Amino acid sequence: MNDAASIVAIVFLAALLQATVVASLDLLGGTPDLLLLALIGVALLRGAVAGAVAGFGAGLLLDVLTLDTLGVTALILALAGYWAGRYGETTGRGRAHAPLLAVLVGTVLVAVFGYGLHFLIGEEVSARRALFETLLPGLGLNLILAAPVFALCRKLLRPFELSERTVEVQLLG
Amino acid sequence: MLGFLVVLALALITISFRESEDGPLHDAQAAAASALQPLTVAMERVAQPFRDAYGWTAALFDARAEAERLRAEKEQLQQQVIQNESALQSLVDLKKLLTYVDGPTFPEDYTYVATSVTARPANAFEQVIVLPVGSDNGVELDAPVVTGDGLVGRVTHLTADTSRVTLLTDESSAVSAVDLRTKAPGIVKHGQTGDSLIMSRVRKEDVVKVRDEIVTSGWRSGPLASLYPKNILVGRVTSVGQAQTDLYQRVQIKPDVDFSSLDAVAVLVPRRTVARR
Repeated sequence: MNDAASIVAIVFLAALLQATVVASLDLLGGTPDLLLLALIGVALLRGAVAGAVAGFGAGLLLDVLTLDTLGVTALILALAGYWAGRYGETTGRGRAHAPLLAVLVGTVLVAVFGYGLHFLIGEEVSARRALFETLLPGLGLNLILAAPVFALCRKLLRPFELSERTVEVQLLG
Repeated sequence: MLGFLVVLALALITISFRESEDGPLHDAQAAAASALQPLTVAMERVAQPFRDAYGWTAALFDARAEAERLRAEKEQLQQQVIQNESALQSLVDLKKLLTYVDGPTFPEDYTYVATSVTARPANAFEQVIVLPVGSDNGVELDAPVVTGDGLVGRVTHLTADTSRVTLLTDESSAVSAVDLRTKAPGIVKHGQTGDSLIMSRVRKEDVVKVRDEIVTSGWRSGPLASLYPKNILVGRVTSVGQAQTDLYQRVQIKPDVDFSSLDAVAVLVPRRTVARR
């Protein structure tokens, strides 16, 4: 299976699992976000553009599956995927703690931005529920699941060899 | 690339809002949801045994305390049933004498479409569920959705074979209800924490007590009527509070429905609709 097909398969399966199975789990007052974890895994391994496209596609799929306003989740996840990809390409490159940090920041940003976006489009949302009650348990569960999900993504998406990476500096002589 | 995706997403949001429910984008979304429905149903069926196993294991931890509570409740309810049967008989007799005309009540005037829950949104912003039944199954927009434990919510988005249900715990939900014991009316909305609900606009002179049952009021005024039929259980009172400066009491309610683990629900369909089909 080529790279793009692997990304599509990961994101599609994660979105399907999230909407049908994971979202109905209530563990210690929170729900893990498997789709966000898979998206961050893909973005860290394949970069900002792949992350943004995968996030947009996954969000659109979730909007369709849940009959939500088309584009809302797509916008949130496209930005999350892009940010995780940029982080992976720059500061987080080669760092062991990068997935955990990306999940930590990604979960908080998605919650805050999602709350703001839903508020802006006129939906009645509870800040207490979205940002306090469910965020902390959800964040904890995401952090617990971050390592196995990232390992799975790493297994399915072969990391680029050194020669495949963009050569930024060429030594002469 | 990111700029293009952001613009595309914003365009989709704008069109979704501006076009009518039967516009091309909504039609495309409904068609895509229908195409994906077999996958979501299959996934839900595969997950069901695991979910049941998790529920069974979790229930083991408080099974003993639950059994004791239920035994005590059963004894109390047995006495109540005898009183209720006697009261019901009197009510039937009195209604006959008065040739009393009643509004639609639950469950007499409704049939139902029982179905599983196939999807939920992946965020805490909306309290909704998606069901694999739609207008082809007789479901109507605004149809009430219940479980054996009480009211769940109402259908807020409908396609031919899928419906989206906004739960009672969502910020946008509200239902007119009464205290079954005192007939004190009020409006039930989402509460401050978790799945709790608040019944507001309850007059101070109405004496609502802890453990009172709150049911839908099913009012009717000329051509206007409540979306919910009468007598569906909403929850039980857990606390009653009032400040001296407030005009009304604030009644906190705990629903019997466990909104976090809804697996199967029933969509109520008025009997007239079934007769028409």
